Amino acid sequence: MGVHQVKLTINGKTVVEGVESRTLLSDFIRDGCGLTGTHVGCEHGVCGSCTVIVDGAAVRSCLMFAVQADGLEIETVEGLSQNGELGPLQKNFKECHGLQCGFCTPGILMSATDYLSKHPEPTTRELKEMLSGHLCRCTGYDGILKAIQKTVEENKETIS
Amino acid sequence: MKPAKFDYYRPTTVESALSLLDESGFDGKIIAGGQSLVPIMNMRLSTPDCLIDINHLNDLDFIELDNEKIKIGTLTRQSRVEASAKIKEKCGLLSEAVPFIGHVQTRNRGTFGGSLVHADPSAEIPLSLMASGGSVLIASKDESREVKVEDFFVTYLTTDLLPTELLTEVHIPVWEGRIGHSFQEISRRHGDFALVASACQLCLDDQDKISRVRLALGGVEAVPLLVEEVNQIMAGEKISEMLLDKVAEIVKSAVDPESDLHASSEYRRHLATVLTKRTLQTAYNRARRSM
Repeated sequence: MGVHQVKLTINGKTVVEGVESRTLLSDFIRDGCGLTGTHVGCEHGVCGSCTVIVDGAAVRSCLMFAVQADGLEIETVEGLSQNGELGPLQKNFKECHGLQCGFCTPGILMSATDYLSKHPEPTTRELKEMLSGHLCRCTGYDGILKAIQKTVEENKETIS
Repeated sequence: MKPAKFDYYRPTTVESALSLLDESGFDGKIIAGGQSLVPIMNMRLSTPDCLIDINHLNDLDFIELDNEKIKIGTLTRQSRVEASAKIKEKCGLLSEAVPFIGHVQTRNRGTFGGSLVHADPSAEIPLSLMASGGSVLIASKDESREVKVEDFFVTYLTTDLLPTELLTEVHIPVWEGRIGHSFQEISRRHGDFALVASACQLCLDDQDKISRVRLALGGVEAVPLLVEEVNQIMAGEKISEMLLDKVAEIVKSAVDPESDLHASSEYRRHLATVLTKRTLQTAYNRARRSM
């Protein structure tokens, strides 16, 4: 039941810490690393607010133990801003009323970031399917969808 | 909601995982994707003394086609199965079923074998496997064995697997000929557990008569239910309104679902008949279109 030494990368920075085996990755990110952008909602994988990107895949950080993340690369919402400026997806959330209270937002941002990297031109249906893994009780999802779709359009322009 | 304390081991070979499992016996538990295990640990419905993490057993992460059989390693992520062109071509039923499991984010982590050993009676992978037929390979420190899917599920959340055993891979036969499949389910919200799910795979002869069919229903019994009587009476027949009505009657009397917060027994029984008709008709239409 001892403490395990883990070495992992969070937003490009190497972290070496001792963790108890039962410490959830979500708690480790918040309490161990002080990155409180990752929110903890239901703690059983339903609400999606703790979603982070682990080795290039959006997953629930409340359904992983920190010790399992040893050697892996983690991206959290703090990694989305560039030089203190909001990233493009974050800016569009702000502009399109993609959030109100903001509790679910970090998780959705991470899911959408991962999803767009793999599906650069998603259909509305595909985006709704992706968003079904997140509970938002403020927006009705409309603004969230608009923000993501605006980002898709901007990405297309940048490429062409 | 935090899990109770446990010892953690991360073996890098299947052999060492099996030795650890043998030593820990009833106190040990395998963790792979953890998408079902960690929630129940967080709620302290389960408090294993020892977790054996198989996420580093890369040998158990594969999709292979071998002698008209698809072989899927237990650690293969559900999202990989979903995206596999090989599986779409050779076992379309599975490709259709996997997107119904939870959400994108849970399928990224959840594993193929994990869903089978968890054995939720409404889960999609166990149900699809029941409809396609196949077997699972099980290993322990001293021996390995193969169990047919029909014999694998015992009751709610319980399989034939012993505490010292590990499910290592799954074999699914590739059906040849004019094949059709369909997977459908009803849930209260997208990604929720199915109230009732239905999976079917069938094969037609050159006169559009059913030469072979396997219909299975989920969420109506303690294990995925292969509806043998239906499968027997449909052999040699063409699908018609009358046949579907007859099949629906059989399903109605064959299932005895439980009532819970989400749906009454009557409603589940009704859904079972409706989904049976829909999956059979869809699978039949698809098979007829294939030459």
